[in-house]
Amino acid sequence: MPTKPTTVLDARALDRTLRRMADQIIELNAGCENLVIVGIQRRGVQLAERIVRIIDAQEGVTVASGALDITLYRDDLQTVGPRPVVGATSLPWTLDDQRVVIVDDVLYTGRTIRAALDELADFGRPARIALAVLVDRGGRELPIHADIVGRRIDVASDQRVDVMIEELDGRDEVVVATRDTEG
Amino acid sequence: MAHPIGTRDLLIKGGRIIDPSQGLDAVGDVLLRNGQVEACGGSLGTPDGAEVIDATGLVVAPGFIDVHVHLREPGREDVETVASGAHSAVAGGITAVCGMPNTKPVTDNQAVVSFVKRQGENAGYARVYPYGAISVGQKGETLAEIAEMVGAGAVAFSDDGKPVESAQLMRTALEYARAFNVPIAEHCEDMTLARGGSMNEGIMSAKLGLKGIPAEAEEIYVIRDILLAKRTGGHIHLCHLSTKGSVELVRWGKERGINVTAEVCSHHISLTEDAVDGYNTNAKMNPPLRTAEDVEALQQGVADGTIDLLVTDHAPHHYDEKEREFADAPNGIVGLETALGVNCTYLLHRGIITLSQLVDAMSCKQAKIFRLPGGSLARGGLADVTIFDPNRQWTCDPTRFKSKGRNTPYGGHTFTGQALHTIVGGRLVFSA
Amino acid sequence: MPGPLGKDLLGLAPLSADQIRLVLDTAVPFREISERTIKKVPTLRGATIVNLFFEASTRTRISFEFAEKRLSADTVNVAAAGSSVSKGETLVDTARNLEAMKIDMVVIRHSASGAARFLAERIESNVINAGDGTNEHPTQGLLDMLTLRDRFGDLAGRKICIVGDVLHSRVARSNIWGLTKLGAEVAVCGPRSLLPNAIEEMGVTVFDRIEQAIEWADALNVLRLQLERMQAGYIPSLREYNRVFGVTSARLEQAPRDLLILHPGPMNRGVEIDSDVADGPHSVILDQVTNGVAVRMAVLYLLAGGKPELAEAAKKGNA
Repeated sequence: MPTKPTTVLDARALDRTLRRMADQIIELNAGCENLVIVGIQRRGVQLAERIVRIIDAQEGVTVASGALDITLYRDDLQTVGPRPVVGATSLPWTLDDQRVVIVDDVLYTGRTIRAALDELADFGRPARIALAVLVDRGGRELPIHADIVGRRIDVASDQRVDVMIEELDGRDEVVVATRDTEG
Repeated sequence: MAHPIGTRDLLIKGGRIIDPSQGLDAVGDVLLRNGQVEACGGSLGTPDGAEVIDATGLVVAPGFIDVHVHLREPGREDVETVASGAHSAVAGGITAVCGMPNTKPVTDNQAVVSFVKRQGENAGYARVYPYGAISVGQKGETLAEIAEMVGAGAVAFSDDGKPVESAQLMRTALEYARAFNVPIAEHCEDMTLARGGSMNEGIMSAKLGLKGIPAEAEEIYVIRDILLAKRTGGHIHLCHLSTKGSVELVRWGKERGINVTAEVCSHHISLTEDAVDGYNTNAKMNPPLRTAEDVEALQQGVADGTIDLLVTDHAPHHYDEKEREFADAPNGIVGLETALGVNCTYLLHRGIITLSQLVDAMSCKQAKIFRLPGGSLARGGLADVTIFDPNRQWTCDPTRFKSKGRNTPYGGHTFTGQALHTIVGGRLVFSA
Repeated sequence: MPGPLGKDLLGLAPLSADQIRLVLDTAVPFREISERTIKKVPTLRGATIVNLFFEASTRTRISFEFAEKRLSADTVNVAAAGSSVSKGETLVDTARNLEAMKIDMVVIRHSASGAARFLAERIESNVINAGDGTNEHPTQGLLDMLTLRDRFGDLAGRKICIVGDVLHSRVARSNIWGLTKLGAEVAVCGPRSLLPNAIEEMGVTVFDRIEQAIEWADALNVLRLQLERMQAGYIPSLREYNRVFGVTSARLEQAPRDLLILHPGPMNRGVEIDSDVADGPHSVILDQVTNGVAVRMAVLYLLAGGKPELAEAAKKGNA
């Protein structure tokens, strides 16, 4: 029986969470040197852009950033068939010796991040890769762990976490809803 | 030896006898004895020991004849023999066929002509009248021994498969053949226009990216041969016409009293080039299927008598040979077992011709134009009879063909009109 | 379970406008991969693709090979003998043998129209038509359209003229089908003896002179004129062809707008196109080549379908 969706983060809470995450990224990196913030298509890219702006406002430094589309590195293409490639991949020309922070909206099974790690490996050899996610909903299928978490939520497997952001969805909100039969 | 004849009397009872050669269309009986028609029409008693076929509700016609058939023997017995072809014929209600001479070796001498004739007699199905080649080896260079072949039983001459490219040779053949009272039959195709083509030139060939054969490739030879017939007084018979223009040219020739006759294949009065869509090699033949306009003109030509005969150009091919890229596949489809069904469905039941005209085009005129015995149920004639039901529905299943060939575009099609009994020389050689 | 293009890519005539747009959209991110240092993604890892070329072709085959390898597939090149009739194995037997070796995809180029479809109807592997006789060359049509779309944005209402031997050109035909589906206006310009009879019925305008085409078009797609056409008597000479139909810079200077110049290659410099045009500012010929690899990667990717029974099991996570 579908229940009404619950708001977990409203616009203000989301903004506060992102600010804290930006702080934690700088702390983890001990500064802004050699830092590269890479967002995962789609919403991770916009979140990464916001974090870069926050850091810029705070530290006066424009940190290097990029976007990653992991569709071609998915491990389930053989089963579900081709998905439309949703967005561009564009990264600074070398990642060697850089300290990369991957930014994504929801961390669940961990397979997206595994794909991202494989793809990043094709671009060079970063000194370090860390993971910052807005929501960690548990349910890992691979040994993947986020270094920086905006909000931890316990969610049943028949529910989904929808992150909506102004740039793509017209508003900022994180919502938990029951999955309808189509998934 | 001659074609086998029945030993018992055969009485065909109560059918509708349609025999244009006698102007007959009436319910009645036909009695066959000693390979001949003993009596035709009215109510006949049953003689002692006679076999009786109840033909109530059916049509009784003089045995159908098809003057354009490829029997493939000698040379390609893997795809058809005289026997299997003759069997296929009677399964389609056809009691006599003329076998084209593009065999291996070519039927261009009395030895091969005799061989083919004898094979037909041995098989004991439809009668087989061999065609002889016009030129030696069908090479289009020198005239073959027409007189010798006539002596051995050849009834007509053609280089079919190919045109006679030299107008001079065609003229000579028409002149020479006059003395023997045999038709010269031409496969009309200008090879320079047609070369490389594998279907009709038109919108479908443009769609499929295939080189087409324009209608003019046929029409140019049609008018050429009509003019040569006019010059020589010979009898030109035009094979498998396929275009509207050809029909108009034949009409022109007949209006001027030129001795030209023409035939059309059942596929050309029923299918258009659309049947080729999807690169269907079972719809590939020469001349090719053309447009709806051509089909209509050909149907009209049959109706008004411009086209005299309905034939099949039965051309069996091996499955492997047709299972190829379209341009490489050989031309030809089988037709003996679908001819009556197609002709009834597309000409008779659409009101384009009458039953009488159908029988005329499939029997009487075939015999008349090619000066063959048969084609009539008058007393004393050959006991060749086709009993058919013009209203019976049936579906074509190529796997059940008596022919060795299965190459037909009609697989799965339903027709209205089927031969039920075929009698040759007073013997019942086929029942559906 | 087939992907969004179905099992095979046999031509552009059978595709819908949406399917064509999907290929073009998908090709864009694939271009980026060829810019990377490591020009490879693991997407088709483990897939076996056979390049079955019955007609010699360097550029198309190489382009497909790059596309396949950049998707991490394993490729095998087979240069087979002419037609079934001339020598060697029939196409049916070749197909069955390949299938028995458990391959995933076949890219076929053949001299008979309909050969790709013939193969596709007989094997389960995906079949990609790399040119069949005078019928279609769909990936060429797609890369031409992508190149045009890059410059024009939307193809609807754009005027594209194909110049040259349209009668024998599968590239022309694929372009005609594809461009008309996306709403472009298509014209052809060439000697009438080298245009198909039914061309107007395909929804295409005909220009008898190159000057008229240049006046009208937003882009010219210039086809290679083959020497054999002159030898077969369709045109009197290559010299006359160049004088009447050649795309020269002098003629382009008269154009009312900046025309794009495309050519599928290889070029006969000085016959259908002059060198200064081919190498000049209007030419997008090299972009076509770059787009060719991306388009072919997109096609391979979109044809690789999934397995339905596993898709059911996978229908849980959204990450």
